[in-house]
Amino acid sequence: MDILNALVTFLNFVFVPALAYGAQLALGALGATLIYGILRFSNFAHGDTMAFGTMTVILFTWGLQALGISFGPLPTALLALPFGIAVTAMLLLATDRGVYRYYRRVKAAPVILVMVSLGVMFIMNGIVRFIIGVGDVNFTDGERFIITAGQFREMTGLQEGLAIRMTQAVTVVVAVIAVALLFWFLQKTRTGKSMRAFSDNEDLALLSGINPDRVVAVTWIIAAALATTAGTLYGLDKSFKAFTYFQLLLPIFAAAIVGGLGSPIGAIAGGFVIAFSEVMVTYAWKKVITYIVPESMAPEGLVQLMSTDYKFAVSFAILIIVLLFMPTGLFKGKSV
Amino acid sequence: MSGAQMTAQASAQTPAKVAMMFAGVALLFVLTGMFQSWNLALAIVNMALISSIMALGVNMQWGYAGLFSVGTMGFVALGGLAVVLVSAAPVPGAWALGGPGIVMGLILGALTIAAAIFVWARMPRGRMRGFATAAVLLGGFFAFRAVFDPAVAAVEANNPATAGNLGGLGLPVLLAWPAGGLLAAAAAWAIGKTALGLRSDYLAIATLGIAEIIIAVMKNEDWLARGVKNVISLPRPVPYEVDMQQSAAFVDWATRWGFDPATASSIIVKLLYAALFLIVLLALIWLSETALKSPWGRMMRAIRDNEVSAAAMGKDVKRRHLQIFVLGSAVIGIAGAMMTTLDSQLTPGTYQPLRFTFLIWVMVIVGGSGNNWGSVLGGFLIWWLWVMVEPMGLWLIQMVTAPMAEGWLKTHLLDSAAHMRLMTMGIILLLVLRFSPRGLIPEK
Repeated sequence: MDILNALVTFLNFVFVPALAYGAQLALGALGATLIYGILRFSNFAHGDTMAFGTMTVILFTWGLQALGISFGPLPTALLALPFGIAVTAMLLLATDRGVYRYYRRVKAAPVILVMVSLGVMFIMNGIVRFIIGVGDVNFTDGERFIITAGQFREMTGLQEGLAIRMTQAVTVVVAVIAVALLFWFLQKTRTGKSMRAFSDNEDLALLSGINPDRVVAVTWIIAAALATTAGTLYGLDKSFKAFTYFQLLLPIFAAAIVGGLGSPIGAIAGGFVIAFSEVMVTYAWKKVITYIVPESMAPEGLVQLMSTDYKFAVSFAILIIVLLFMPTGLFKGKSV
Repeated sequence: MSGAQMTAQASAQTPAKVAMMFAGVALLFVLTGMFQSWNLALAIVNMALISSIMALGVNMQWGYAGLFSVGTMGFVALGGLAVVLVSAAPVPGAWALGGPGIVMGLILGALTIAAAIFVWARMPRGRMRGFATAAVLLGGFFAFRAVFDPAVAAVEANNPATAGNLGGLGLPVLLAWPAGGLLAAAAAWAIGKTALGLRSDYLAIATLGIAEIIIAVMKNEDWLARGVKNVISLPRPVPYEVDMQQSAAFVDWATRWGFDPATASSIIVKLLYAALFLIVLLALIWLSETALKSPWGRMMRAIRDNEVSAAAMGKDVKRRHLQIFVLGSAVIGIAGAMMTTLDSQLTPGTYQPLRFTFLIWVMVIVGGSGNNWGSVLGGFLIWWLWVMVEPMGLWLIQMVTAPMAEGWLKTHLLDSAAHMRLMTMGIILLLVLRFSPRGLIPEK
């Protein structure tokens, strides 16, 4: 019984939150890695693209709520998601037309493009703050829990409860659908195949008649969809705050680099590696250990390796270790 | 800009043109003084001087050496930390409670890392090496926590409402400026040793992360500098306004010249600060200009423009990169210490990457990367804009919304005017990168 209690505690406080967070990071990292693969620069504006996308979703959610439309037990934001994606995609396409295209044409060094993305980051950050402000916005509605800790205890008769929040379940389901769609698109469709060809070898792809403008446009649209979805899921799970999204840049890039920049499957793996390490290193293990070991050996302290404030340090440490020992990441991304 | 594609454009500006640009920026400050207040103008000048020094440091790393490091904020904060450690008043009893334990813990931590590196370097390749290194790290970590945690708890329990930290040395605050440089340099050495081998994008992400970690440490390690509880009323190198206003001689002097004593005292304090900052700025410019003209400077630029051929000439690229990274970070650290001195308080919660990393980068790029005077011009121009865009944006929005009916939209627009500055900075950066990629004063 104690083993089961320990397992349930682990699931409740570590596995389920890390799974949801990992799915959010994976979607964010997928967007960053696609842009790196096709456009060949690290997009520092990605965190703020997520913020912008989430903001449009929030605005549409408010609009739907005002019209009295809801999604039953599910959050209304899911209904607003397609609209948010459309607006964000238009913004990214406009940014590409107005800003990035020139640098592609003059074949600027990647580092120049990174700086340009800094400028875009400033502007997007400004727009988001201008429209929705800097405060916390909570836009979750619908059912709060699929199963609460109390219900779980009644059902199983265990001492510990396992709560699964609706937003966590929604996150995982939506992420699985999004990733399945993306991989189907990249593997099976003509445009997806031309994108992979373009990422592998640009010159060869151009030679075989692939239209680069189309590839770039589709990449931005997919990046917008992934960023908006990732941002909305993160916002539903926690809350929306412009500055937090900017800070997500670090774990997202850590995930993309750990998996191998430019590799979609790597981005997903990287997202979960980062999320699980962050949660496991900053979780206080006292309760779990107390259930497993004999009573006399129960720990006195919290058995927390690091305080939660140092979660950045975890993603950063993993990033450095991978870069030093496996420079192309777990899944052989673009070489350094 | 680094790279050959940028150096081919537009020739260097003539000295007359450069002087014109500086005069133009100076005019902005004079106008601010005339139409708003000299107090405000001088306040902007002081932060502009500090920002220029930060920009000089970034310019060393990026302009001279092409290192894309966006960890500026971390070094600024370390400079600020040095002010507390060097010049804050000592906390009675704190050292006796946990000082030795904390120092021992930190030494243990450093020894663990050194031992792990030693094991990794000396053992033969293979699975055993990985396990041994991990075992050393894990064992060292628990030993570190066992020594460190009780000491920290003891220190933080000591009068937590007003202290709860180890306290400073109580030395004159001017000593904290070089100390800030040293602290930042030491951190930069450790960071450079691990991260400088990375290619541009990766280095950027890594340094961005390090800066966040430095801030996280300063926010959470209360024994160090009270964390988010802040350290206030740090000593200052100039007299206090209140003391001046209470001195009969000063009030006499001010009234004789027709000044209001309150305004005069605050202007004099700001002028004194400005003089101190100006001395540091000019000294640093003189040093870096001399260095840039020397064979060392030419070697740096050669490495930046073509690492492979510089290495073929026998230059140790890695060592030089580490050297310039440490030097640039030290300059940023000095500026960080100066800023905390000017504020007389250390508030770790206020360090934000947009303000302390990316804004400084905008200054360097707008001014002209690789050119020290460009960094100074960029520092003054961009800082002035950063401060003035807010009231200008508010005025603009008031003009636009004047005909609108009162309502939530009008209120919202007026409330949001403050965020115009981020957009303005982004637009300026994009325009400069697009139309004048070498900046206002290009590299010679």
